Amino acid sequence: MAGPDKGRMAEQPFGRIEAVTKTYPGGIVALERVDYDLRAGELVALLGPSGCGKTTLLRMMAGLTRPSAGRISIRGKIIDGPQPDFGFAFQSPNLLPWRSVLDNVLFPVEIAGRLDTRARDRAMELLDVVGLKGFSRLRPHQLSGGMKQRVSLCRALVHAPSLLLMDEPFGALDELTRMEMHDLLHAIRQSSGATIMFVTHSIAEAVYLADEILVMGPRPGRVVERIRVELSYPRRSAQRYSAEAREYERQAGAALGVVHA
Amino acid sequence: MNARPAPRSGWCMPKALDILLPLLGFCLLLAAWHFGVGWAGLPPAVLPKPLAVWGAINTHWLLLLEEGWVTLVASAAGFGLAFLIGVPMAVAIAGSPLLNRMFYPLLIATQSLPKVALAPLMLVWLGTGIESKLAIAWLVAFFPVVVNTATGLRTTPREYLDLAAVTRANGWQIFWKIRLPAAMPFVLSGAKVAITLAVIGAVIGEFVGSSEGLGHLLLVANSQVNTPLAFAALVGLAVLGIGLYAAVAAVELALRPWFGEAPPQ
Ligand SMILES: Nc1ncnc2c1ncn2[C@@H]1O[C@H](COP(=O)(O)OP(=O)(O)OP(=O)(O)O)[C@@H](O)[C@H]1O
Ligand SMILES: [Mg+2]
Repeated sequence: MAGPDKGRMAEQPFGRIEAVTKTYPGGIVALERVDYDLRAGELVALLGPSGCGKTTLLRMMAGLTRPSAGRISIRGKIIDGPQPDFGFAFQSPNLLPWRSVLDNVLFPVEIAGRLDTRARDRAMELLDVVGLKGFSRLRPHQLSGGMKQRVSLCRALVHAPSLLLMDEPFGALDELTRMEMHDLLHAIRQSSGATIMFVTHSIAEAVYLADEILVMGPRPGRVVERIRVELSYPRRSAQRYSAEAREYERQAGAALGVVHA
Repeated sequence: MNARPAPRSGWCMPKALDILLPLLGFCLLLAAWHFGVGWAGLPPAVLPKPLAVWGAINTHWLLLLEEGWVTLVASAAGFGLAFLIGVPMAVAIAGSPLLNRMFYPLLIATQSLPKVALAPLMLVWLGTGIESKLAIAWLVAFFPVVVNTATGLRTTPREYLDLAAVTRANGWQIFWKIRLPAAMPFVLSGAKVAITLAVIGAVIGEFVGSSEGLGHLLLVANSQVNTPLAFAALVGLAVLGIGLYAAVAAVELALRPWFGEAPPQ
């Protein structure tokens, strides 16, 4: 079951971000002293204006960049490079145009040298979940933007990652497709139980998806507020319009400085 | 309210016009040539009428085919060699940061050099056989292949490399599964340039020292003031050049859905 697992709250956190600072060459301070404890199975939304360091934080968690100071550890292990059990969903679908849909989904397992019947079955299962089973032999240019993003999601999930890092994965999609993707993500969370870090610009998206929202402020990037979202599970689209959700949206907007009292 | 006429079914006008109009243009040019020569009273030795050229093609078709075959083989072989040597060389240059910094700027610089100027030297080094001709065709075709392939390998989209990094691909996997396929549009657009240049190189080779090929036939016809035959050789070269280019372009077009199109450079 996705969502906060009250019994585990007191335990050692799943992931720890400790006093993480990132200064890029040239002196740009992208992030300053970010602290956060990530709980297993939760979806945390990183919400903030453009340039506040969301991608930077996500890339450091993925092991693609090193913090300038502080450290990030997942399940007690300090992140010093990409980890085999992490999944990463990029802002663009980032599919390889010369590979079929299925081969794109299988890319991570192929690289890991674990391409077998079980991996293929799992990839087909995932494609089935996102409604693309019949499209496995097509190539990316034959798909719509939303279909590509779903393939990209399958690729991020194919090796059953324990931590899924998503950088504005639905940012380029139209509103209707995005709403479908949200419910798809809820369904996937329910079956996979992965912990998810989700970057977004959208207040409503953050509220509907997250267990906790980290509101970030710019220059230098830092966490200005943490909002726990207690919307009940399983989440249904109707909840987007509930008074409760509206109140969370107002709180987040206020923290971002775009909603005034 | 909708006053637009219904789309005509069957016969697709724009498509047909795309073929018909250039054909019409070509016929107009031929007509202008024909009547222009008559009107100016030029002797056939200076500029034969199109029909005289057609006559020369008809009389000498076997000769044209034989000589054309020689030029075709030299062009295609020069192009093939340029590919066989150029791609691995580009891989070496793009793969090693040191070689990259040492040679990539030089390669870019060589693009503006008139490489056919080396043709007389090739003759000195390799003699008048097929070797010197091949060497010149190879030389001019080689550079676009290397430069394009190296450029393609150097400009792998960053997101692809991020994907490789998060999946923990090793250097070998990154090369074979990401960098090389991502460079394919560049390789193919280099091939299109290279095949055109290879034909030019082969003809230059035949100009400076060879006893066969369409380039040689052209020189001989010229020296005998057999201008219709010279024009027939030119037509042969045009057919050869367009044919080879079309073959490479067809391969590129067929692969485009897989690898995409190279951005204009
Ligand atoms: N590779 C880099 N080199 C130098 N500066 C960088 C680099 N990447 C990001 N920055 C800087 O760090 C800051 C944060 O960038 P980041 O991409 O993390 O922001 P973001 O919150 O993801 O923005 P967006 O919502 O627009 O994607 C920006 O000021 C940016 O200019
Ligand atoms: Mg970003």
